[in-house]
Amino acid sequence: MAEFNNTNLADFSGVWVFCEQRQGELQPTVLELISEARKLADDMGVEVCGLLLGGKGVGEKMAKELGAYGADKVIVCEDDKLETFTTDAYAKVICDTVMDRKPEIMLIAATNIGRDLGPRCAARLHTGLTADCTHLDVDVEKYVSFLKESSTLPQAQLDALNREDRNLKMTRPAFGGHLMATIICPRFRPQMATVRPGVLKKGEYNEAKANAVVVENIAANLTDADIKTKVTEIVKEAKEMVDLTGAEVIVSVGRGISKDVEGGINLAKQLADELGGIVAGSRAAVDAGWLTADHQVGQTGKTVRPRLYIALGISGAIQHKAGMQDSECIVAVNKADAAPIFECADYGICGDLFKVVPLMIDAIKEAKASK
Amino acid sequence: MKVIVCVKQVPDTSGKVAVNPDGTLNRASMATIINPDDKNAVEAALTLKDNTGCEVVVVTMGPPPAEGMLRELIAMGADRGVLVSGREFGGSDTFATSQILAAAIKKIGLEADDIVLCGRQAIDGDTAQVGSQIAEKLDIPQISYAADIKVEGTKVTVKRMLEDGHMTIETQTPCLVTCIKELNEPRYMSVGGIFDCYKKPVDVYDYNTLKDDPLIEVDTIGLKGSPTNIFKSFTPPQKGVGRMLEGADKNTCAELAAELLKKHII
Repeated sequence: MAEFNNTNLADFSGVWVFCEQRQGELQPTVLELISEARKLADDMGVEVCGLLLGGKGVGEKMAKELGAYGADKVIVCEDDKLETFTTDAYAKVICDTVMDRKPEIMLIAATNIGRDLGPRCAARLHTGLTADCTHLDVDVEKYVSFLKESSTLPQAQLDALNREDRNLKMTRPAFGGHLMATIICPRFRPQMATVRPGVLKKGEYNEAKANAVVVENIAANLTDADIKTKVTEIVKEAKEMVDLTGAEVIVSVGRGISKDVEGGINLAKQLADELGGIVAGSRAAVDAGWLTADHQVGQTGKTVRPRLYIALGISGAIQHKAGMQDSECIVAVNKADAAPIFECADYGICGDLFKVVPLMIDAIKEAKASK
Repeated sequence: MKVIVCVKQVPDTSGKVAVNPDGTLNRASMATIINPDDKNAVEAALTLKDNTGCEVVVVTMGPPPAEGMLRELIAMGADRGVLVSGREFGGSDTFATSQILAAAIKKIGLEADDIVLCGRQAIDGDTAQVGSQIAEKLDIPQISYAADIKVEGTKVTVKRMLEDGHMTIETQTPCLVTCIKELNEPRYMSVGGIFDCYKKPVDVYDYNTLKDDPLIEVDTIGLKGSPTNIFKSFTPPQKGVGRMLEGADKNTCAELAAELLKKHII
């Protein structure tokens, strides 16, 4: 292998996606990344390549699906030492392959594994890595339209952007969405990003593309000495009920469920399950003994910043709002149209939660099916 | 054995987040705290100290006032602190930061039975990158997202959390482990600790202290040595008072679902 020079930008070409699988199951977010890579690659006029590491048979099982969503090619590395993820083995294969093939962009899902692996690779490759991105652009016109919709930047600043710029513009939230930053990596390649799961849109399955995908198998060249950690156990667990601060979606109940506590909590659970979220409650709900204290959101409970917070039958006392008003999107359902919760809600529905929530569950099911 | 813990002073985002008109964070107007995950890392180190009598060294990169945070951690039970501070280090991204912290850890001295602990991520940047990158620069194994750490001699066993469960991972010292809040409940400063915290050493490492390390080059540290740059930073459009949807029927819910879909929330 010739010496790796990551500053000679012209040597680098193509958009790569690290195709994370766990125990032979492709992580669904990878298809979002492949679809996004396709768009970027089309803007740049280059190829999309998936990099798939795993035990025997992963290529046979997954390459076609990766092709269907936009990969022109999948580089497959199958080895017993790659069957279970270890940072050492995966980082070595990825870095060796990147140094050899020189992609211009490398996308990794921002899962617990991706966020462990990505930084290790970027440090070894001496390049930049942007964490947990929610939006990516190469084309400047597309970036400008994104900024128009999602920022308060003045038009003059948008007009001043260099239309020829071909850097990957990687946008991510900081401080729970209070601040957005677009990061670039102008001097080194590949430009690397981990991408937040569930944000970018998965494209359409394309049968012809699935059949046309080119598969290339490569050898791992790993020895036992390369891997300094040993995985002795893998355990799958059901989601923890009450990890409020880490939750992406929270459905919270308040005094409004008092006429049928069990039924109200049940509805909240059904809604939360549909959204992949968890149930929480206001101080009133906890003080009444309907939920245990670890479910409480508010000044005396937990401060949460989920992507979606749904308040059911919660009036919105200041102490409750202090714990949830920084959520990215707030939906409130309350019978009283003057309830203070509506002041901080993005979307308010004035009505009886026992009637509204079942309709909401149906509507969300339908919307998801239409994706 | 000693445990070296990397910590960061961060703006307290549980209060109001203040943003300058140019879209950068108004750090001056915000109180600073010890990054929460880092406190769990310190607690993990102090637990090891309770059990084995090992030395605990806390290291931070930051401006001179960050010494106050190191004193607080000494009052919790750490034995000494290292403040890495210098204008050459300013503007570092995660890559450059890891170069500097790795050089500092080498200067402190990483022995065969030592462990480096970091918090999983800092609440100001939320990148979770510096820990892994330090491990790479030190050429030692890393285990991230630790919810349990056991040390027997040179064998380190970690419960490593995944989204859908966990792995048990074994490795040998020296190694680096990043810690999450599920790991423990950080202790408070002790009265005796507060009394003694200014008697224990806090060394200051500046550019000159570290410059002979091959990791420290003009093009690997600070703003100039950072592969990534901020291209634009901006605030999202102001959240309005919100929107009351008409009615409370099937159509209302369909409209809501469509809005959530449009915003990629569902």
